Amino acid sequence: MSLFNVFQVSSSAMTAQSMRLNAVASNLANADSIVSSDGKPYRAKQVVFEATPMGSQGDLSKGVRVRQVVDDASPPRMVYDPKNPAADEKGYVAFPNVNVVEEMTNMISASRSYQTNVEVMNTAKTMMLRTLQIGQG
Amino acid sequence: MASLNQHVSVLSQALNLRTQRHQVLASNIANADTPHYKARDFSFESAMQNAMAGRMSAGGVALARTASGHISGGSSSGPAAVQFRKETQSAVDGNTVDMDVERAQIAENALQYQILTQLISDKFKGVRSALASTSS
Repeated sequence: MSLFNVFQVSSSAMTAQSMRLNAVASNLANADSIVSSDGKPYRAKQVVFEATPMGSQGDLSKGVRVRQVVDDASPPRMVYDPKNPAADEKGYVAFPNVNVVEEMTNMISASRSYQTNVEVMNTAKTMMLRTLQIGQG
Repeated sequence: MASLNQHVSVLSQALNLRTQRHQVLASNIANADTPHYKARDFSFESAMQNAMAGRMSAGGVALARTASGHISGGSSSGPAAVQFRKETQSAVDGNTVDMDVERAQIAENALQYQILTQLISDKFKGVRSALASTSS
């Protein structure tokens, strides 16, 4: 029954999207963390998706997996605040390079994609139930 | 009775192809956010014609297997020749999945699948009523 592959594919996409949502949550939570575990300001994390063959039927179904989680390379946001103990000799404090607007759109996109995959899964389930009903009644 | 078998086998072949198409469309939707992913699909009509003609790939060129040790050539996906979808407006990251198109196609495919299951059901229902009329 190759419809089971659809469940695999959709659930892999849901896992990937929830990892993306996790990264968004961590970025937003740490949007103002000027000191992280390594002593430097927190860097925004981004997940990188990759298509991967899935299921028994060769090329037909392709799932998603998270290839890596990368640190955003953009420079930290410099804010002038000489009173801050973390300020450098010129009075600037390095804030995390989290772009809050970008993260919010990322969050909406991830949750929409998650919903769509749930819907695809439901469609596959309905199709399978219809198959089971052949010859009944 | 042979004709019933024939009818049902046509319908079940169509069901198979619809299932495969659902897999391809589900993959497209799953990879809607994957960079460089190209949306794929196959034409149900030509796949069905290929399946009916007993051909394996859409090119019609299948390698003959004259000995048991030969490896079957071509793709393993059967009569369905999966092709990249023509892109309308691709994203900056090279992704060509158009969510509206995919959603519409998946709904259409599911509906066609339901039609097929209904047809098979009706076929069996006809046989059942024929049997019932002889027994009573």
